[in-house]
Amino acid sequence: MSYNNISELFNMAEERDVPLSQIILETESALTECSYDDIYKEMERRYEVMKSSAKNALFEARKTAGGLIEGITKTHYDYTVKGDTLSGDFINKVMARALSCSEVNASMGKICAVPTAGSCGIIPAVIISLEEALNLSKKDVLDGLLCASGIGAVITRNATVSGAEGGCQAECGVAAAMAAAAAVQMKGGTRSQCVEAVSIALMNVMGLVCDPVAGLVQVPCAQRNASQAVNAIISADMALAGMKSIIPVDQIIEAMYKVGKMLPMELKETAKGGIAHTPAGKAIFREIFGK
Amino acid sequence: MNISIFDVTGPVMIGPSSSHTAGAAKLGRIARLIAERPFKKVSFGLHGSFADTYKGHGTDIALVAGALGMFEYDERLADAFEIAKKEGIEYDFYTTELDDMHENSVKITFTFDDGKECNVWGSSIGGGQIKIVRINEFDTEFNATAPTLIINQYDKKGVISNISKVLFNHNINIAVMKLSRTARGKNACTVIETDGEIPECVVNALREIENIISVQAINV
Repeated sequence: MSYNNISELFNMAEERDVPLSQIILETESALTECSYDDIYKEMERRYEVMKSSAKNALFEARKTAGGLIEGITKTHYDYTVKGDTLSGDFINKVMARALSCSEVNASMGKICAVPTAGSCGIIPAVIISLEEALNLSKKDVLDGLLCASGIGAVITRNATVSGAEGGCQAECGVAAAMAAAAAVQMKGGTRSQCVEAVSIALMNVMGLVCDPVAGLVQVPCAQRNASQAVNAIISADMALAGMKSIIPVDQIIEAMYKVGKMLPMELKETAKGGIAHTPAGKAIFREIFGK
Repeated sequence: MNISIFDVTGPVMIGPSSSHTAGAAKLGRIARLIAERPFKKVSFGLHGSFADTYKGHGTDIALVAGALGMFEYDERLADAFEIAKKEGIEYDFYTTELDDMHENSVKITFTFDDGKECNVWGSSIGGGQIKIVRINEFDTEFNATAPTLIINQYDKKGVISNISKVLFNHNINIAVMKLSRTARGKNACTVIETDGEIPECVVNALREIENIISVQAINV
């Protein structure tokens, strides 16, 4: 017995009254013939990489090709630490951590591609910030990552997480949906609220294009990592408050996939549309690549 | 479900791009294993998107890092040019057109001390995955996700049967096998993907077979 979409995953968890992460763990173990212990250990190893990348640009600017986002993380973290922000300490730390992962990635640093290198800041930023704010145990954190990963695996199976195939909604948007589900579980929400959070996060990002300036994984990728990490948090909050999606989650995933296919290739990682194709964007391309 | 959660949460890699950085490093690393011998120079012919955007994604650095044997998660990757210089290995890049190849493709040429060369053609096909499509004069296709044997032989009757006998005797199951030859009765290349790791003794036993020219094992 296994699942092929989120409603089947949800039903299996309901039937046995266990968290989504438990079903995901058992399914992974059956698929890969690895023990639960080995799966937790491997996830912990990857979480360590996420933690370093979420921290390594907070205090020092990192050198990136073309320097498009050099130092943006430190600037944001310094602003956060001063304490005089609009959206508060928690949200600003989430953004700083997401930016850090993006800056580390752009500087040829070590990251965990979750689900991709371009969207590698969203899940670490949300999980680390919740671990800190809610004072969670290691197991709760790893179960949160299992929950996020399981949702991501279903979306990879039934849609795409590639920007070249589905635009930014498929990369950063899916990362936000994965993180939103984890956030609900880590906050002690219900299985149903986890699923609603996935729906809400994807609704919020439907249609977002992939338009990297000069084709580099920097702008607007870093900003999208920060804003989609925040999307994950507010989508989780909406679900925890009791908001229900009027469209079933698997239909939203299918819609996201179809929208991705409808997007012209100019808006899917080719740097031929969106902000990449503005006069300023094209000038940056010429400056870096000399043509 | 048929997708592992670690295919989604991962790979752990050096940024910024799974196709242009991690895939490039893996191409360099697998090509080095195919070349097998110590080399003094490595040249990279860049095609398509690799040629257009390699500078921005560190594709050039990653290719050299791979050729030096580094894995795609090795934090020394960004220093590959300096490390190559220290090891006395020359490297260069040129733009080229590779017919009918994937957008992210490269031709890698290793030059050995005796002046001989080994050429490997490969593509980075997304998410850090690669495929090798040509080795010297032979077309092939493998992803280097399973242990792989690359065998050069003379195109004579019974060679394949002797190869499979050796593998059977060592309890190794063949998952995929591909054979190509330059012309009937001339040189041939056999690529075999197996279900289990290929130990050194198997490689040695294969080398003993009549009409076999060379055998390399890539244990991924």
